[in-house]
Amino acid sequence: MDKFKIFKNGLLKENPIFVQLVGMCSALAITTSAFNGIGMGVAVIFVLTCSNIVISAMRKIIPDEIRIPVFVIIIATFVTIIDMFMHAFTFELYQALGVFIPLIVVNCIILARAEAFAFKNGIVDSIFDGLGMGLGYTFAITLLSSIREILGNGTLFGFSVLPDAYEPMMIIIQPPGAFIALGLLIGLVNYLIRKKEAKEVK
Amino acid sequence: MNLFSLFITASVVNNIIFSQFLGICPFLGVSKKIDTAAGMGLAVIFVIVLSSLITYLVQIFILKPFEIEYLQTIAFILIIAALVQFVEMFLKKSSPGLYKALGIYLPLITTNCAVLGVVLLNIQKDYTFIESMVNAVATPVGFLLAIVLFAGVREKVDSADVPESLKGSPIALVAAGLMSIAFLGFSGLSI
Repeated sequence: MDKFKIFKNGLLKENPIFVQLVGMCSALAITTSAFNGIGMGVAVIFVLTCSNIVISAMRKIIPDEIRIPVFVIIIATFVTIIDMFMHAFTFELYQALGVFIPLIVVNCIILARAEAFAFKNGIVDSIFDGLGMGLGYTFAITLLSSIREILGNGTLFGFSVLPDAYEPMMIIIQPPGAFIALGLLIGLVNYLIRKKEAKEVK
Repeated sequence: MNLFSLFITASVVNNIIFSQFLGICPFLGVSKKIDTAAGMGLAVIFVIVLSSLITYLVQIFILKPFEIEYLQTIAFILIIAALVQFVEMFLKKSSPGLYKALGIYLPLITTNCAVLGVVLLNIQKDYTFIESMVNAVATPVGFLLAIVLFAGVREKVDSADVPESLKGSPIALVAAGLMSIAFLGFSGLSI
C-alpha cells in the first residue's frame, strides 16, 4: 500500500475524532486551551506510534486468543513512560491534563489501531498509520481547543487575540461548551464532506 | 468529608459524564434505547464497585509496601480486564438471567475509561477505604442517571427534523451539552 495514502487516511478521511468518533473522553475534557490540545496530541502520537511498532513486530508470535490483554500491556507500558516523562519535564502540562494521561490506556483509538491495523500489517506501514492517526487526532483536538479558547477566553495559546470589547463566553470553556462545540464542529465536517461528495458526483 | 455530601458530590454535582467526561464512548454508543442504557448503567455500577475494592487493596498491600506505585496504570488495567472476564464467567454460570440482560455490555466495560478513571482518582485523592467505596458507588450511579436520562432525550431526537449534516452523533452531542447545562445547576448546591 502507498505509504503516503496510509498517512493521509488517518489525517483526513478516517480522522479519529471527526469521522470515527473514538477517543472522545479526552477530546472533550482537556480541550480548554490550545496548549493542552497539542500536549495531549503529542502524548497520543508517541503512544500510538510506539505501540503500533511493537505490536506489528510481535504480530507473528502473539497468540490470537490472548491478543487483547497483550495489546493492553504493551499500550500501558508506553503510557507509563510518557506519564513519567511529562511528570519530570512538563509539570504544568502534566497537572493540566491530570488523570487523562494514564487514561490514554483506555483511549479507543490506540486499541482500535492495534486491532485493525498493526496486527495485520508490516512495521513501516504501521509507523505511518500511527503517525497519521495520531496527527489526525492532534489536529482535531487542537482545532477544537483553539475554538474553545478563543470564544471562551479571548486568547489563543495564552495571547490575547480578540479586542477588549469582546465579552468571553464562559459557557464554551465550561463542560457544556465542550459537547456543543464538538457537536457543531462534527456537523460542519459532515457538511463539508457531503458538499465534496456532491461535487464529485456531478 | 461527610459521606453523604461525598455521595451527592460524586453522583450529581461532579457528574462523571457531564462534568468529568469519563465514559463518553458507552454514553454515546449505547444510549439509543432506555432499557439497554439501563443495562449498561447497572453493569458499570457492578464493575466499578468490585474493581475499586480490589485495586484499593492492591494499592495498600502490594504497590505501596514494595514502592512500585509507578506500575499503577499497568496493574490496574490488568486487574480490571481480568475482573470483567471473571465476572462474565461467574454470571454465566450462576445467574444466566442477569448474564443475558447485561449481554455484550460486560466485555465492553474493560475499555470504559470510567472504570479506570474512578479507581485512579480514588487513589489520587487519598480517600480512605470507606470514602473510596462511597465514591465507587456514587460515581456510577451518576453514570446510570445520566445515560438513562440521555437515552430518553435521544429517543425523542430521533424523530425530530434535524438538518442532514447534524443527524446522528452531532445532534446527540449538542443535546448532551444542553443536559450538561442543566447539571451545571447542581454546582450551586452547597452541602
